[in-house]
Amino acid sequence: MPVRKTPDKTLGESLRDHGLSRRGFLKFCAATASMMALPPSMVPVIAAALDAARRPSVIWLSFQECTGCTESLTRSHAPTLEDLILNIISLDYHHTLQAAAGEAAEEARLQAMEDNKGEYLVIVDGSIPGPDSNPGFSTVAGQSNYDILMETVEHAAAVIAVGTCAAFGGLPQANPNPTGARSVMDLVKDKPVINVSGCPPIPMVITGVLTHYLTFGRLPELDAYHRPLAFFGQSIHDRCYRRPFYDRGLFAESFDDEGAKLGWCLYRLGCKGPSTYNACATMKWNDGTSWPIESGHPCLGCSEPSFWDAGGFYEPLSVPITATSGAILAAGALGAVVGGAATVLAKKETKTIVAHRQPVTVEELEDKL
Amino acid sequence: MEQLSVTLGSKAPCAGKPQDHGHTLPILHEIRHALERLIATGEETRIDLNAMPFGPGDLDRLRAWLGTGEVQASVSAMGLTLIQETAIPGVWLVDYQNADSQRLTLHIEIAPVPEILRPQPQDLAEAIATLDARMDEGQSNPPRPS
Repeated sequence: MPVRKTPDKTLGESLRDHGLSRRGFLKFCAATASMMALPPSMVPVIAAALDAARRPSVIWLSFQECTGCTESLTRSHAPTLEDLILNIISLDYHHTLQAAAGEAAEEARLQAMEDNKGEYLVIVDGSIPGPDSNPGFSTVAGQSNYDILMETVEHAAAVIAVGTCAAFGGLPQANPNPTGARSVMDLVKDKPVINVSGCPPIPMVITGVLTHYLTFGRLPELDAYHRPLAFFGQSIHDRCYRRPFYDRGLFAESFDDEGAKLGWCLYRLGCKGPSTYNACATMKWNDGTSWPIESGHPCLGCSEPSFWDAGGFYEPLSVPITATSGAILAAGALGAVVGGAATVLAKKETKTIVAHRQPVTVEELEDKL
Repeated sequence: MEQLSVTLGSKAPCAGKPQDHGHTLPILHEIRHALERLIATGEETRIDLNAMPFGPGDLDRLRAWLGTGEVQASVSAMGLTLIQETAIPGVWLVDYQNADSQRLTLHIEIAPVPEILRPQPQDLAEAIATLDARMDEGQSNPPRPS
């Protein structure tokens, strides 16, 4: 892969060189606004910003991972991977996608770092055996993952941790964590770290974060786990189209009962939607075709920290633990039979519970079940 | 993991009309408010349907409520964009697709004419120069009617 300096041409010029008309550019911006979860009224702002933006150099590092995150990126349809590589970013190093191999590949990384010092973005997928682990657990070109990461981020503008492994340790860090796997933010303390979690992450969220950086020249607003609020600001539960069934106490009790077939809430089948923050409910998967809950499966909570060790996938979360929580669940399960009286009672008790809500951990919830 | 129970002889329909999740009415009200603004002040509105937590059948239900109007148009730039007037004047469905006919996003636009159908100001500014260039070219090399 030839190494390029951050190009002199703006994105608008580059797109027009590729034969894109202004209507096409407007359409590109409309799709971009939708992808970044911004209102359509922002399209003119995005168009003006992108027209003048310059493509950043991007170095993609893959460590203890399954390549699912790259697979996810290659499935992005807005923009496509081709759009991303040719028009939006200058992808100067990526094990799986680059043509170069061996020493030429490593030289491409070092050259891109030198040419774009202080300006390039580093994307990481996969967790990293920590500094105290055996460096031989995972190496690239004879260098430990830890050494490559620290060397590459030294002059980076920011680091984007893609996927739950890079963001929170993921599967390699699951108990008993044989490689001493650590997340990027465990190790990189002096650079901005953005976590795009998910197993895999939604492809348009990966490209959305890159486009946000390009559009506004700064990193997006983040939540407590360093995830961009535009995509991780609301829970799956709050954006779920099955939420009205939850509110009415209508739950599937098994995967093939009447409730499941009628599309009722999957909360009692272990859905982690209430404690999971991600954009699946609106961005969906497979070009916006569907998503796990729409196909009848509970959310596994794959974008949350430690989700592999957070208990059984099919064990339900609980309502707040109080003396009356059982009554709420019972009222919910029997709502269709008991009818209005139970619902009124449940609402009254819910108000009481909400007033006395105590934060609980997933472990505490599992212990109570 | 607890063993999952299996219920046989279900009477619930596996196929047929999807459940109504109640997501259509709020959007219709949003369109109504947008129409009021368009008529009173000329302010245009776009609603991104991709950002809506729709379930199966919700989009079809919304389209049925809006109906089909007289105008259909398409723009061929970076893939097709299909524009359909609804039965409500000033309310348009704009379906942005990529070159592989995959939907990029779907907007409802409340405007006299959707933005993408209008010539862009920069293009309009170059219109006379473009026509002059074509006339000059046509003098020496007249275009053939197709």
